[in-house]
Amino acid sequence: MSSAALAPSLPPSPPPSLPPGLHVPESPTRVALRRFLTHRSAMLGLALCLLFVAIAVAAPLISPVSPIATDWSAIRQPPSWAHWMGTDEIGRDELARVIFGARASLLAGVVSVVIAAAIGVPAGLAAGFARGRTDAILSRIVDAMLAIPFLVLAIALAAFLGPNLRNAMIAIGVTTAPIFMRVARGATMDVMTHDYIEAARAVGNPSWRIAVRHVMPNIFPPILVQGTLSIATSIIAEASLSFLGLGEQPPTPAWGSMLNAAQQFLTQAPWLAIFPGAAIFLTVLGFNLVGDGLRDALDPRGL
Amino acid sequence: MRGFLGSRLAQILPTLFLVSIIVFGLQQLMPGDPALVIAGDSAGDPQIVAQIRGELMLNRPIPVQYLHWLDNLLHGNLGYSWRLQEPVSELVAQKLPVTAQLSLMAFVFAVIIGVPMGILSAVKRNTAWDWLANSIGLFGLSIPTFWLGIVMILVVSVWLGWLPPSGYVPLAQNWVRSLATTVMPAFVLGNAIAAILMRHTRSAMLVALGQDYVRTARAKGLSEWVVVLRHALRNALIPVVTLGGLQLGTLLSGAVLTEQVFSVPGFGKLVVDAVFNRDYPVIQGVVLVTALLYVVLNLVTDLLYFLINPRMRAG
Repeated sequence: MSSAALAPSLPPSPPPSLPPGLHVPESPTRVALRRFLTHRSAMLGLALCLLFVAIAVAAPLISPVSPIATDWSAIRQPPSWAHWMGTDEIGRDELARVIFGARASLLAGVVSVVIAAAIGVPAGLAAGFARGRTDAILSRIVDAMLAIPFLVLAIALAAFLGPNLRNAMIAIGVTTAPIFMRVARGATMDVMTHDYIEAARAVGNPSWRIAVRHVMPNIFPPILVQGTLSIATSIIAEASLSFLGLGEQPPTPAWGSMLNAAQQFLTQAPWLAIFPGAAIFLTVLGFNLVGDGLRDALDPRGL
Repeated sequence: MRGFLGSRLAQILPTLFLVSIIVFGLQQLMPGDPALVIAGDSAGDPQIVAQIRGELMLNRPIPVQYLHWLDNLLHGNLGYSWRLQEPVSELVAQKLPVTAQLSLMAFVFAVIIGVPMGILSAVKRNTAWDWLANSIGLFGLSIPTFWLGIVMILVVSVWLGWLPPSGYVPLAQNWVRSLATTVMPAFVLGNAIAAILMRHTRSAMLVALGQDYVRTARAKGLSEWVVVLRHALRNALIPVVTLGGLQLGTLLSGAVLTEQVFSVPGFGKLVVDAVFNRDYPVIQGVVLVTALLYVVLNLVTDLLYFLINPRMRAG
């Protein structure tokens, strides 16, 4: 009989009372959360991430003008009180475009990682759980995908799928999936050596329940760290693809395509090359700092 | 040694086979009829479309198309560039030395910057030096290569006028001008690898500095720098060398954008131009050769690791 079937017949146990002077030790989750919240650089990173998320969400409210509104009387104007970040080659407000550009970058960062995790985590879990032939086949596929440099494969996929933001996100997600598979596989193999898995088997839990109820929650910390760091690399990848014309299409603003256009006017309008790049850098820095902070909080051995 | 090489080769062959399936599979992702896409402006001419379909066996089942493609591949035929009207293998052979020079220079920059910074960070752990080295490392990981390239062109070439903003002169033609045109792209390309090397060197040095043999060396009265450089670093460098070799993928990924920004006519520029012009055989060819290079260089790195690590040889 399974443990789940036994559970309802057991009377609810009262909370244990501890002798005075003793206290319940903190749960690992609380310890990790406390470490993360006191990690100064991680908090700086979190503030940066939240700032850019707020900018992306509230873009229509905070943008001074429409990002695609052209003003032929204000072409390539340097930063001023009227246009804080200047204007571009057809008189569009650079600040409005940087604000709206956050949407494509953050959307691509998050959606690509969701796609990557949706493919990579179940595959890694299956490989680490089943071992044997399943592991060998999945690992060979991952080896083959990792043999093709990340951006080269993403560019090729996006080029063949067709240039738009949706295809760029699919290309980045599929290209990032092998990393999640490796992380999930390694973590699953580690978890499978623990006694509680043996105990779960001994009470008759089917394999799928052990995988979902016992393995999945325990491989979550390294996947969370990888997910945060992968958002950073996906944002750079999206910017790279849109820099090459394979991401968000004009006139919708994207930081990468803005930099591509700015390259033609480096001598006349250098500010066009500064602000979108700085926005990419600060957003990526934010996610990298949060990822590093999470890793330190969840695995203090690396400190 | 022979057994080790044999087992690595046995792992590589299935990987290369799967890479060939992935690269072939790319053309199946094309929306619509590939023959019409390939024909481009001539898509209205049924004769040309039929010719393309016949040449690429597009009217045959996909496994047959794959075997035909693989057969060509094994005979060194990577396809034909639709735009440049040249065999892809020749285009790759022309561009590869340029990217090789750029990548080698970038790797030298990465080692010169990353390894000393990692050592300093580990030796001066939890000091301002450690903080500074970590901050530079994080900066290197977070800055997009192409933006760093644009900013460098703006500052070094446009404002200061020290180096040419773009172009390339082959090494054999004029080595001074060749270095002048590649030093900036190589620095930009090496920047991300330097950050990764710095992190690996720091953690490997922290492990090495905590070992008994380091304590013994200190107890013998050796100076701190001898302990660090001759005892800790020699052992810490083994994993760093391996990880450094594995960064080739990052180098090749970065080369795509760096070559585009600095107009360096290498491998990366070839693929970007192919993307702009929908020259699909070139994209497939570059992806395939890149993967092959990556696999071969990984094998070389593994062999180096085997040779420099006495424990593996003994095993």
